[in-house]
Amino acid sequence: MTCTDFLKQLTDYFDGQVEPELLAEVQTHVRECHHCEVVLDTTRQTISIYREHEIYEFPAELRERLHVAIMKKCAGARPR
Amino acid sequence: MPAIQSSATEEIHPDVALVERAKKGDTAAFEQLVRQYERQIFRVAQHITQNREDAEDITQDAFLKAYEKLDQFQGNSKFSTWLVRIAVNESLMRLRKRKTSKVVSMDQDVQTEDGSIPRDFAEWRPNPEQLYGQHELGDILRKTIQGLPPGFRTVFTLRDVENFSTEETAEALGLSVPAVKSRLLRARLQLRERLSRYFRQKNGGPIP
Repeated sequence: MTCTDFLKQLTDYFDGQVEPELLAEVQTHVRECHHCEVVLDTTRQTISIYREHEIYEFPAELRERLHVAIMKKCAGARPR
Repeated sequence: MPAIQSSATEEIHPDVALVERAKKGDTAAFEQLVRQYERQIFRVAQHITQNREDAEDITQDAFLKAYEKLDQFQGNSKFSTWLVRIAVNESLMRLRKRKTSKVVSMDQDVQTEDGSIPRDFAEWRPNPEQLYGQHELGDILRKTIQGLPPGFRTVFTLRDVENFSTEETAEALGLSVPAVKSRLLRARLQLRERLSRYFRQKNGGPIP
């Protein structure tokens, strides 16, 4: 397996959806290729760091103001 | 216990009942849906537009559109996926209006391989949380996702920030599953490459 082949499998690998016959090849490649091992690890960290950090604040004051504005807009409308 | 589950006993999402009530004019039911999803819609809009005021407007408009079009919601998909699809469309439209020179659509950005081929192979040690304080880390994460082309940013936001499945992301964006997968891979690799500038191991000394 080449590094390019490995990258093609990366998304399925994270989803646990690599075809069984390919999985062993992917795992062997990661063990033997340090670059791909790093790409795998740092991509995994990229995903988890965005998943775990709320990067935009949503303070209670904003939420309340927004909520009131939404309901006010919808009050003048009708579901069709 | 004997298994008596059948397709008839499959769980119906509680949103379905709320939508049905809202369709009949029950505003309290609609308000509950607003409460449940206002934060998510705001977050999606802010990730895509990178602008808080735009995100506020979009959140209001998305709920208004959803309310007006409730009858079009057939329950084939989750209510949240349907709602997010409306918000994504509003957000992309807003970006189009803002950028006069560039067309913004989900099809843009696909041509270029730029930044999607890994070049930085340094490990991230110590890990980012050990390296930066919360405040600084937040700045880095915001700045980095901002630099991503809108189409990639949108896919990444739904799949990795909002934790949608690939299929739900495809449905919310009107893309095929392979198209979502290909954009997602590039989005993740581009983000990884950009973040690596901040998080890469310094090899014992400052970078020259």
